[in-house]
Amino acid sequence: MARSFPDLVLGIETSCDETAASVAKRMDSAMGLAPKLLSNVVSSQLEVHKKYGGVVPEIASRKHLEAIIPVINEAIQTAGVGPGDLSGIAVTSRPGLVGALVVGVSTAKALALAWNLPLVGVNHVLGHVYAGFVDSAPKFPFMALVVSGGHTVLIHMLSHTQYQVVGRTRDDAAGEAFDKVARLLGLGYPGGPAVDALAKRGDPNAVKFPRAHLEPESLDFSFSGLKTAVMVFMEKAKRQGRTVPVEDLAASFQEAVCDILVEKTLKAAELYNTRRVLVAGGVSANSRLREMLTDSSQRLGVEVIIPPISLCTDNAAMIAIRGLYLFEEGVRDDLYLNASADSPVS
Amino acid sequence: MVRSLTPKSNRILRVVTSSPEETQSFGRLLGSLLAHGDFVALIGELGAGKTCLAQGIISGLGVTSRVVSPSFNLIREYEGRLPVFHIDVYRLDDSRDMLDLDYEEYFYGSGVSIVEWADRIRDLLPAEHLEIRMWWDADHDPNTRWIEVKPNGRRYKEIVKALKERWKSESSYTPSKGVR
Repeated sequence: MARSFPDLVLGIETSCDETAASVAKRMDSAMGLAPKLLSNVVSSQLEVHKKYGGVVPEIASRKHLEAIIPVINEAIQTAGVGPGDLSGIAVTSRPGLVGALVVGVSTAKALALAWNLPLVGVNHVLGHVYAGFVDSAPKFPFMALVVSGGHTVLIHMLSHTQYQVVGRTRDDAAGEAFDKVARLLGLGYPGGPAVDALAKRGDPNAVKFPRAHLEPESLDFSFSGLKTAVMVFMEKAKRQGRTVPVEDLAASFQEAVCDILVEKTLKAAELYNTRRVLVAGGVSANSRLREMLTDSSQRLGVEVIIPPISLCTDNAAMIAIRGLYLFEEGVRDDLYLNASADSPVS
Repeated sequence: MVRSLTPKSNRILRVVTSSPEETQSFGRLLGSLLAHGDFVALIGELGAGKTCLAQGIISGLGVTSRVVSPSFNLIREYEGRLPVFHIDVYRLDDSRDMLDLDYEEYFYGSGVSIVEWADRIRDLLPAEHLEIRMWWDADHDPNTRWIEVKPNGRRYKEIVKALKERWKSESSYTPSKGVR
Protein backbone atom coordinates (compact mmCIF):
# COMPACT_ATOMS: atom_id res chain seq x y z
CA MET A 1 0.00 0.00 0.00
CA ALA A 2 1.27 3.42 -0.84
CA ARG A 3 2.22 5.59 2.11
CA SER A 4 0.45 8.83 2.69
CA PHE A 5 3.71 10.65 3.32
CA PRO A 6 6.88 11.01 1.25
CA ASP A 7 9.54 8.43 2.15
CA LEU A 8 12.33 9.37 -0.26
CA VAL A 9 13.29 13.00 0.15
CA LEU A 10 15.74 15.20 -1.74
CA GLY A 11 17.30 17.82 0.53
CA ILE A 12 18.86 21.05 -0.75
CA GLU A 13 21.03 23.45 1.26
CA THR A 14 22.55 26.76 0.09
CA SER A 15 22.27 29.02 3.15
CA CYS A 16 25.95 29.95 3.38
CA ASP A 17 29.07 28.79 1.60
CA GLU A 18 28.24 25.16 0.88
CA THR A 19 26.13 24.02 -2.05
CA ALA A 20 24.73 20.68 -0.91
CA ALA A 21 22.17 18.05 -1.87
CA SER A 22 21.27 14.74 -0.32
CA VAL A 23 18.75 11.93 -0.63
CA ALA A 24 17.39 10.42 2.57
CA LYS A 25 15.12 7.42 2.85
CA ARG A 26 12.58 6.53 5.45
CA MET A 27 13.36 3.25 7.21
CA ASP A 28 10.87 1.93 9.70
CA SER A 29 12.25 0.13 12.68
CA ALA A 30 10.83 -1.04 15.96
CA MET A 31 11.90 2.33 17.33
CA GLY A 32 9.98 4.26 14.69
CA LEU A 33 11.29 6.25 11.77
CA ALA A 34 15.07 5.89 11.36
CA PRO A 35 16.29 7.87 8.36
CA LYS A 36 19.00 6.41 6.18
CA LEU A 37 21.24 8.48 3.95
CA LEU A 38 21.48 7.35 0.35
CA SER A 39 23.72 10.23 -0.68
CA ASN A 40 25.28 13.35 0.80
CA VAL A 41 27.00 15.71 -1.64
CA VAL A 42 28.70 18.91 -0.51
CA SER A 43 30.44 21.21 -2.95
CA SER A 44 32.33 23.56 -0.69
CA GLN A 45 33.13 27.09 -1.73
CA LEU A 46 35.73 27.28 0.97
CA GLU A 47 38.70 27.73 -1.34
CA VAL A 48 37.04 30.77 -2.88
CA HIS A 49 36.14 32.26 0.49
CA LYS A 50 39.53 31.67 2.10
CA LYS A 51 40.84 34.50 -0.03
CA TYR A 52 38.35 36.83 1.64
CA GLY A 53 38.73 35.51 5.18
CA GLY A 54 35.07 34.60 5.22
CA VAL A 55 31.91 34.32 3.21
CA VAL A 56 31.16 37.09 0.76
CA PRO A 57 27.48 36.87 -0.16
CA GLU A 58 27.52 37.85 -3.81
CA ILE A 59 30.31 35.38 -4.50
CA ALA A 60 28.36 32.78 -2.55
CA SER A 61 25.27 33.33 -4.72
CA ARG A 62 27.18 33.03 -7.97
CA LYS A 63 28.99 29.90 -6.89
CA HIS A 64 25.76 28.30 -5.67
CA LEU A 65 24.20 29.01 -9.03
CA GLU A 66 27.07 27.28 -10.83
CA ALA A 67 27.12 24.28 -8.52
CA ILE A 68 23.48 23.61 -7.68
CA ILE A 69 22.37 21.49 -10.67
CA PRO A 70 25.53 19.31 -10.83
CA VAL A 71 25.34 18.79 -7.05
CA ILE A 72 21.67 17.74 -7.18
CA ASN A 73 22.38 15.44 -10.13
CA GLU A 74 25.20 13.79 -8.26
CA ALA A 75 23.09 13.35 -5.12
CA ILE A 76 20.32 11.63 -7.10
CA GLN A 77 22.73 9.44 -9.08
CA THR A 78 24.79 8.42 -6.04
CA ALA A 79 21.56 7.47 -4.28
CA GLY A 80 20.82 5.16 -7.22
CA VAL A 81 17.38 6.60 -7.73
CA GLY A 82 15.70 8.56 -10.48
CA PRO A 83 13.71 11.76 -10.11
CA GLY A 84 10.59 9.62 -10.54
CA ASP A 85 11.41 7.71 -7.35
CA LEU A 86 11.57 10.83 -5.20
CA SER A 87 8.56 11.60 -3.11
CA GLY A 88 9.34 15.03 -1.71
CA ILE A 89 11.77 17.97 -1.68
CA ALA A 90 13.07 19.73 1.43
CA VAL A 91 15.05 22.96 1.14
CA THR A 92 16.70 25.34 3.58
CA SER A 93 14.59 28.50 3.42
CA ARG A 94 15.93 30.41 6.46
CA PRO A 95 18.02 31.81 8.08
CA GLY A 96 21.14 32.67 6.10
CA LEU A 97 22.38 34.93 3.34
CA VAL A 98 19.28 35.76 1.30
CA GLY A 99 21.12 35.82 -2.03
CA ALA A 100 22.47 32.35 -1.28
CA LEU A 101 19.23 30.89 0.10
CA VAL A 102 17.29 32.09 -2.94
CA VAL A 103 19.33 29.82 -5.23
CA GLY A 104 18.32 26.69 -3.30
CA VAL A 105 14.73 27.77 -2.75
CA SER A 106 14.13 28.68 -6.41
CA THR A 107 15.66 25.43 -7.60
CA ALA A 108 13.59 23.40 -5.12
CA LYS A 109 10.40 25.15 -6.20
CA ALA A 110 11.14 24.58 -9.89
CA LEU A 111 11.86 20.89 -9.31
CA ALA A 112 8.77 20.45 -7.11
CA LEU A 113 6.65 21.96 -9.87
CA ALA A 114 8.32 20.04 -12.70
CA TRP A 115 8.33 16.69 -10.91
CA ASN A 116 5.01 17.27 -9.18
CA LEU A 117 6.43 16.67 -5.70
CA PRO A 118 5.48 18.08 -2.30
CA LEU A 119 7.80 20.79 -0.98
CA VAL A 120 8.79 21.82 2.51
CA GLY A 121 11.01 24.67 3.71
CA VAL A 122 13.43 23.74 6.50
CA ASN A 123 14.94 26.04 9.11
CA HIS A 124 18.72 25.69 8.83
CA VAL A 125 19.30 25.88 12.59
CA LEU A 126 16.74 23.15 13.33
CA GLY A 127 18.19 21.25 10.39
CA HIS A 128 21.52 20.98 12.24
CA VAL A 129 19.74 19.12 15.04
CA TYR A 130 18.71 16.42 12.54
CA ALA A 131 22.32 15.56 11.76
CA GLY A 132 21.89 13.57 14.97
CA PHE A 133 18.98 11.57 13.49
CA VAL A 134 20.87 9.44 10.98
CA ASP A 135 20.19 5.72 11.40
CA SER A 136 18.78 6.08 14.89
CA ALA A 137 16.58 8.86 16.14
CA PRO A 138 17.04 10.35 19.63
CA LYS A 139 14.00 10.33 21.86
CA PHE A 140 12.21 13.56 22.69
CA PRO A 141 12.49 15.67 24.73
CA PHE A 142 16.13 16.73 24.61
CA MET A 143 18.25 19.86 24.87
CA ALA A 144 19.95 20.83 21.59
CA LEU A 145 22.94 23.14 21.28
CA VAL A 146 23.47 24.38 17.73
CA VAL A 147 26.82 26.09 17.60
CA SER A 148 28.43 27.39 14.41
CA GLY A 149 29.91 30.46 12.73
CA GLY A 150 26.52 32.13 12.54
CA HIS A 151 24.62 30.65 15.49
CA THR A 152 24.91 29.72 19.11
CA VAL A 153 21.50 28.65 20.33
CA LEU A 154 20.03 26.29 22.92
CA ILE A 155 16.75 24.73 21.83
CA HIS A 156 14.51 22.62 24.04
CA MET A 157 13.18 20.08 21.56
CA LEU A 158 9.82 18.62 22.59
CA SER A 159 8.83 17.15 19.24
CA HIS A 160 9.56 17.72 15.56
CA THR A 161 7.23 20.67 15.51
CA GLN A 162 7.36 21.87 19.13
CA TYR A 163 10.51 23.50 20.38
CA GLN A 164 11.57 26.48 22.42
CA VAL A 165 14.69 28.62 22.22
CA VAL A 166 15.94 28.85 25.80
CA GLY A 167 19.33 30.51 25.24
CA ARG A 168 21.27 32.23 22.49
CA THR A 169 24.25 34.48 21.92
CA ARG A 170 23.88 38.15 22.68
CA ASP A 171 26.74 39.21 20.41
CA ASP A 172 29.12 36.92 18.53
CA ALA A 173 28.44 33.28 17.69
CA ALA A 174 31.02 30.84 19.11
CA GLY A 175 32.31 30.03 15.62
CA GLU A 176 32.66 33.73 14.92
CA ALA A 177 34.78 34.06 18.08
CA PHE A 178 37.01 31.26 16.73
CA ASP A 179 37.33 33.11 13.41
CA LYS A 180 38.15 36.44 15.05
CA VAL A 181 40.65 35.02 17.51
CA ALA A 182 42.25 33.06 14.67
CA ARG A 183 42.65 36.43 12.95
CA LEU A 184 44.32 37.87 16.09
CA LEU A 185 46.64 34.85 16.25
CA GLY A 186 47.52 35.24 12.59
CA LEU A 187 45.83 31.99 11.53
CA GLY A 188 43.68 31.47 8.47
CA TYR A 189 39.95 31.08 7.78
CA PRO A 190 38.02 29.15 8.88
CA GLY A 191 39.33 29.77 12.38
CA GLY A 192 37.80 26.74 14.09
CA PRO A 193 39.96 23.95 12.64
CA ALA A 194 43.09 26.17 12.77
CA VAL A 195 42.67 26.96 16.49
CA ASP A 196 41.72 23.35 17.25
CA ALA A 197 44.87 22.01 15.58
CA LEU A 198 47.16 24.53 17.28
CA ALA A 199 45.50 24.06 20.67
CA LYS A 200 46.42 20.38 20.69
CA ARG A 201 50.03 21.44 21.29
CA GLY A 202 49.20 24.15 23.83
CA ASP A 203 48.45 24.42 27.54
CA PRO A 204 44.73 25.14 28.10
CA ASN A 205 45.51 26.53 31.56
CA ALA A 206 48.29 28.88 30.45
CA VAL A 207 45.96 31.89 30.49
CA LYS A 208 42.73 32.03 32.46
CA PHE A 209 40.46 33.87 30.04
CA PRO A 210 37.12 35.09 31.41
CA ARG A 211 34.01 32.94 31.09
CA ALA A 212 30.94 35.13 30.53
CA HIS A 213 28.25 33.62 32.74
CA LEU A 214 25.90 36.63 32.44
CA GLU A 215 23.01 36.68 34.94
CA PRO A 216 22.94 33.71 37.34
CA GLU A 217 19.97 31.97 35.70
CA SER A 218 20.71 33.03 32.14
CA LEU A 219 21.23 30.44 29.43
CA ASP A 220 22.42 33.10 26.99
CA PHE A 221 25.97 33.29 25.67
CA SER A 222 28.38 36.16 25.09
CA PHE A 223 31.66 35.70 23.26
CA SER A 224 32.51 39.27 22.33
CA GLY A 225 34.23 39.94 25.66
CA LEU A 226 36.36 36.81 25.36
CA LYS A 227 37.64 37.94 21.97
CA THR A 228 38.50 41.32 23.51
CA ALA A 229 40.21 39.61 26.46
CA VAL A 230 42.46 37.69 24.08
CA MET A 231 43.29 40.91 22.25
CA VAL A 232 44.02 42.82 25.48
CA PHE A 233 46.17 39.98 26.80
CA MET A 234 48.24 39.82 23.60
CA GLU A 235 48.75 43.56 23.52
CA LYS A 236 49.80 43.74 27.18
CA ALA A 237 52.19 40.82 26.78
CA LYS A 238 53.71 42.54 23.77
CA ARG A 239 54.23 45.78 25.71
CA GLN A 240 55.82 43.92 28.60
CA GLY A 241 58.10 42.16 26.17
CA ARG A 242 56.73 38.77 27.14
CA THR A 243 56.22 36.09 24.56
CA VAL A 244 53.35 33.70 25.09
CA PRO A 245 53.32 30.68 22.77
CA VAL A 246 50.51 30.98 20.25
CA GLU A 247 49.64 27.32 20.99
CA ASP A 248 48.95 28.24 24.63
CA LEU A 249 46.77 31.17 23.61
CA ALA A 250 44.79 28.99 21.21
CA ALA A 251 44.37 26.25 23.82
CA SER A 252 43.39 28.68 26.60
CA PHE A 253 40.88 30.49 24.38
CA GLN A 254 39.38 27.24 23.17
CA GLU A 255 39.11 25.99 26.74
CA ALA A 256 37.13 29.09 27.73
CA VAL A 257 34.69 28.69 24.81
CA CYS A 258 34.18 24.97 25.40
CA ASP A 259 33.79 25.44 29.18
CA ILE A 260 30.92 27.86 28.67
CA LEU A 261 29.25 25.84 25.92
CA VAL A 262 29.29 22.64 27.97
CA GLU A 263 28.34 24.31 31.24
CA LYS A 264 25.35 26.19 29.79
CA THR A 265 24.12 23.18 27.81
CA LEU A 266 24.19 20.94 30.89
CA LYS A 267 22.58 23.66 32.97
CA ALA A 268 19.82 24.00 30.35
CA ALA A 269 19.22 20.25 30.40
CA GLU A 270 18.98 20.35 34.18
CA LEU A 271 16.65 23.37 34.25
CA TYR A 272 14.35 21.78 31.69
CA ASN A 273 14.56 18.44 33.36
CA THR A 274 15.98 16.34 30.55
CA ARG A 275 18.87 13.87 30.67
CA ARG A 276 19.51 14.00 26.93
CA VAL A 277 21.68 16.52 25.10
CA LEU A 278 22.39 16.91 21.38
CA VAL A 279 25.19 19.13 20.11
CA ALA A 280 25.43 20.04 16.41
CA GLY A 281 26.71 22.71 14.02
CA GLY A 282 30.21 23.45 12.74
CA VAL A 283 31.78 24.09 16.16
CA SER A 284 30.61 20.66 17.36
CA ALA A 285 33.41 19.30 15.17
CA ASN A 286 35.87 20.82 17.67
CA SER A 287 37.86 18.01 19.27
CA ARG A 288 38.08 19.59 22.73
CA LEU A 289 34.33 20.24 22.83
CA ARG A 290 33.61 16.62 21.89
CA GLU A 291 36.05 15.42 24.55
CA MET A 292 34.49 17.59 27.27
CA LEU A 293 30.97 16.51 26.31
CA THR A 294 31.92 12.84 26.41
CA ASP A 295 33.57 13.34 29.82
CA SER A 296 30.55 15.03 31.33
CA SER A 297 28.27 12.45 29.79
CA GLN A 298 30.09 9.71 31.70
CA ARG A 299 30.44 11.78 34.84
CA LEU A 300 26.84 12.99 35.05
CA GLY A 301 25.02 10.16 33.37
CA VAL A 302 23.64 12.48 30.70
CA GLU A 303 23.11 10.98 27.26
CA VAL A 304 25.13 13.06 24.79
CA ILE A 305 24.44 12.83 21.07
CA ILE A 306 27.03 14.34 18.72
CA PRO A 307 26.65 13.75 14.98
CA PRO A 308 29.63 12.45 13.01
CA ILE A 309 32.06 15.26 12.08
CA SER A 310 31.06 15.01 8.41
CA LEU A 311 27.51 16.04 9.35
CA CYS A 312 28.45 18.84 11.79
CA THR A 313 29.29 21.40 9.16
CA ASP A 314 26.64 22.56 6.69
CA ASN A 315 25.15 19.76 4.61
CA ALA A 316 21.89 18.79 2.96
CA ALA A 317 21.51 15.41 4.67
CA MET A 318 20.23 17.13 7.79
CA ILE A 319 17.76 19.08 5.65
CA ALA A 320 16.50 15.94 3.88
CA ILE A 321 16.08 14.18 7.23
CA ARG A 322 14.17 17.00 8.85
CA GLY A 323 12.12 17.09 5.64
CA LEU A 324 11.17 13.41 6.12
CA TYR A 325 9.88 14.14 9.60
CA LEU A 326 8.07 17.33 8.60
CA PHE A 327 6.34 15.50 5.75
CA GLU A 328 5.34 12.80 8.21
CA GLU A 329 3.85 15.50 10.45
CA GLY A 330 1.86 16.78 7.48
CA VAL A 331 3.86 20.01 7.07
CA ARG A 332 3.98 21.29 3.47
CA ASP A 333 4.87 24.56 1.77
CA ASP A 334 3.47 25.84 -1.49
CA LEU A 335 5.33 27.49 -4.34
CA TYR A 336 5.14 30.84 -2.57
CA LEU A 337 7.86 29.61 -0.21
CA ASN A 338 10.38 32.42 0.27
CA ALA A 339 13.95 32.73 1.47
CA SER A 340 14.42 34.77 4.63
CA ALA A 341 17.58 36.04 6.30
CA ASP A 342 16.13 35.90 9.78
CA SER A 343 14.42 33.31 11.84
CA PRO A 344 12.89 33.11 15.30
CA VAL A 345 15.24 30.19 15.88
CA SER A 346 18.70 31.63 15.37
CA MET B 1 39.02 60.14 34.19
CA VAL B 2 41.73 60.05 31.62
CA ARG B 3 41.65 62.92 29.18
CA SER B 4 44.70 62.60 27.08
CA LEU B 5 43.22 64.06 23.93
CA THR B 6 43.40 67.59 22.67
CA PRO B 7 40.55 68.42 20.32
CA LYS B 8 41.73 69.81 17.01
CA SER B 9 38.32 71.21 16.35
CA ASN B 10 35.46 71.98 18.67
CA ARG B 11 33.14 70.27 16.23
CA ILE B 12 34.62 66.91 17.14
CA LEU B 13 33.19 65.17 20.19
CA ARG B 14 35.51 63.07 22.28
CA VAL B 15 34.14 60.72 24.88
CA VAL B 16 35.73 58.24 27.24
CA THR B 17 33.59 55.37 28.48
CA SER B 18 34.57 53.00 31.23
CA SER B 19 32.37 49.98 30.49
CA PRO B 20 30.54 48.28 27.60
CA GLU B 21 27.28 49.42 29.24
CA GLU B 22 28.42 53.03 29.15
CA THR B 23 29.47 52.67 25.50
CA GLN B 24 25.98 51.35 24.79
CA SER B 25 24.25 54.21 26.59
CA PHE B 26 26.30 56.67 24.57
CA GLY B 27 25.17 54.76 21.47
CA ARG B 28 21.54 54.85 22.59
CA LEU B 29 21.72 58.61 22.93
CA LEU B 30 23.18 58.92 19.44
CA GLY B 31 20.55 56.55 18.05
CA SER B 32 17.78 58.72 19.47
CA LEU B 33 19.13 61.66 17.43
CA LEU B 34 19.31 59.89 14.06
CA ALA B 35 16.80 60.30 11.25
CA HIS B 36 15.96 58.96 7.77
CA GLY B 37 18.99 58.43 5.55
CA ASP B 38 21.62 59.03 8.24
CA PHE B 39 24.92 57.24 7.84
CA VAL B 40 27.25 56.20 10.66
CA ALA B 41 30.78 55.01 9.80
CA LEU B 42 32.43 53.02 12.60
CA ILE B 43 36.20 52.72 12.53
CA GLY B 44 38.37 50.77 14.94
CA GLU B 45 40.36 47.56 15.38
CA LEU B 46 39.02 44.19 16.45
CA GLY B 47 37.70 44.55 20.00
CA ALA B 48 37.52 48.36 19.88
CA GLY B 49 33.81 48.19 20.73
CA LYS B 50 32.21 48.87 17.33
CA THR B 51 29.47 46.25 17.66
CA CYS B 52 28.88 47.25 21.27
CA LEU B 53 28.36 50.89 20.27
CA ALA B 54 26.21 49.81 17.31
CA GLN B 55 24.01 47.79 19.68
CA GLY B 56 23.40 50.99 21.63
CA ILE B 57 22.71 53.06 18.50
CA ILE B 58 20.25 50.48 17.17
CA SER B 59 18.49 50.30 20.52
CA GLY B 60 18.29 54.11 20.49
CA LEU B 61 16.54 53.83 17.13
CA GLY B 62 13.75 51.94 18.84
CA VAL B 63 14.75 48.40 17.92
CA THR B 64 13.78 46.10 20.78
CA SER B 65 14.93 42.79 19.32
CA ARG B 66 18.34 41.29 20.02
CA VAL B 67 21.15 42.92 18.05
CA VAL B 68 24.01 40.53 17.29
CA SER B 69 27.26 40.85 15.38
CA PRO B 70 26.78 41.31 11.62
CA SER B 71 30.20 39.77 10.85
CA PHE B 72 28.80 36.45 9.65
CA ASN B 73 25.86 37.67 7.57
CA LEU B 74 27.53 40.98 6.56
CA ILE B 75 24.22 42.79 6.69
CA ARG B 76 21.55 42.61 9.36
CA GLU B 77 18.34 44.57 9.02
CA TYR B 78 16.18 45.82 11.86
CA GLU B 79 12.91 47.67 12.08
CA GLY B 80 12.80 50.36 14.75
CA ARG B 81 11.21 53.76 14.36
CA LEU B 82 13.20 53.63 11.08
CA PRO B 83 14.66 50.77 9.06
CA VAL B 84 18.21 50.09 10.30
CA PHE B 85 20.97 48.40 8.33
CA HIS B 86 23.87 47.11 10.42
CA ILE B 87 26.72 46.24 8.08
CA ASP B 88 30.19 44.74 8.58
CA VAL B 89 32.52 45.21 5.60
CA TYR B 90 35.63 43.67 7.20
CA ARG B 91 35.76 40.78 4.80
CA LEU B 92 35.59 42.95 1.71
CA ASP B 93 39.13 43.38 0.49
CA ASP B 94 38.34 46.34 -1.66
CA SER B 95 35.40 48.45 -2.70
CA ARG B 96 34.73 46.42 -5.83
CA ASP B 97 33.22 43.64 -3.71
CA MET B 98 30.86 46.19 -2.26
CA LEU B 99 29.56 47.12 -5.71
CA ASP B 100 28.32 43.56 -6.08
CA LEU B 101 26.27 43.86 -2.92
CA ASP B 102 23.81 46.49 -4.13
CA TYR B 103 25.15 48.68 -1.38
CA GLU B 104 23.48 51.81 -2.77
CA GLU B 105 20.18 50.35 -1.70
CA TYR B 106 21.35 50.60 1.90
CA PHE B 107 23.71 53.59 1.81
CA TYR B 108 21.33 55.91 -0.03
CA GLY B 109 18.04 54.42 1.14
CA SER B 110 15.58 55.83 3.63
CA GLY B 111 16.87 53.88 6.61
CA VAL B 112 19.85 54.43 8.89
CA SER B 113 23.07 52.68 7.87
CA ILE B 114 25.66 51.74 10.48
CA VAL B 115 28.83 50.42 8.86
CA GLU B 116 31.62 48.68 10.79
CA TRP B 117 35.18 48.80 9.34
CA ALA B 118 34.00 51.73 7.19
CA ASP B 119 37.62 52.81 6.54
CA ARG B 120 37.91 49.77 4.27
CA ILE B 121 35.43 51.22 1.78
CA ARG B 122 36.32 54.88 2.16
CA ASP B 123 35.76 55.72 -1.52
CA LEU B 124 32.19 54.43 -1.33
CA LEU B 125 31.11 56.32 1.77
CA PRO B 126 28.53 59.05 1.21
CA ALA B 127 30.21 62.49 1.19
CA GLU B 128 28.24 63.46 4.27
CA HIS B 129 28.32 61.05 7.19
CA LEU B 130 29.10 60.68 10.86
CA GLU B 131 32.57 59.24 11.41
CA ILE B 132 33.20 57.48 14.70
CA ARG B 133 36.63 56.23 15.68
CA MET B 134 37.06 53.93 18.64
CA TRP B 135 40.11 52.57 20.38
CA TRP B 136 41.46 51.27 23.63
CA ASP B 137 44.85 51.53 25.28
CA ALA B 138 46.88 48.74 26.84
CA ASP B 139 48.10 51.17 29.52
CA HIS B 140 44.59 51.72 30.85
CA ASP B 141 41.73 49.65 32.17
CA PRO B 142 40.77 47.12 29.47
CA ASN B 143 37.13 48.26 29.70
CA THR B 144 37.96 51.88 28.88
CA ARG B 145 37.20 53.03 25.34
CA TRP B 146 37.98 56.26 23.57
CA ILE B 147 35.31 57.41 21.15
CA GLU B 148 35.81 60.24 18.70
CA VAL B 149 32.78 61.50 16.79
CA LYS B 150 33.49 63.63 13.74
CA PRO B 151 30.74 65.20 11.61
CA ASN B 152 31.13 65.33 7.84
CA GLY B 153 28.44 67.70 6.61
CA ARG B 154 26.02 70.18 8.15
CA ARG B 155 23.38 67.67 9.18
CA TYR B 156 26.00 65.77 11.17
CA LYS B 157 27.38 68.91 12.83
CA GLU B 158 23.92 69.43 14.29
CA ILE B 159 23.78 65.85 15.49
CA VAL B 160 27.18 66.16 17.16
CA LYS B 161 26.19 69.43 18.78
CA ALA B 162 23.02 67.91 20.22
CA LEU B 163 24.90 64.77 21.21
CA LYS B 164 27.52 66.81 23.05
CA GLU B 165 24.91 68.73 25.06
CA ARG B 166 22.79 65.72 25.87
CA TRP B 167 25.74 63.53 26.85
CA LYS B 168 27.10 66.30 29.07
CA SER B 169 23.80 66.59 30.91
CA GLU B 170 23.55 62.80 31.28
CA SER B 171 27.15 62.67 32.44
CA SER B 172 26.56 65.23 35.14
CA TYR B 173 24.53 62.63 37.06
CA THR B 174 27.15 59.94 36.77
CA PRO B 175 30.67 61.12 37.40
CA SER B 176 32.15 58.09 35.61
CA LYS B 177 31.21 59.49 32.21
CA GLY B 178 33.76 61.67 30.54
CA VAL B 179 33.22 64.20 27.81
CA ARG B 180 35.10 67.04 26.31
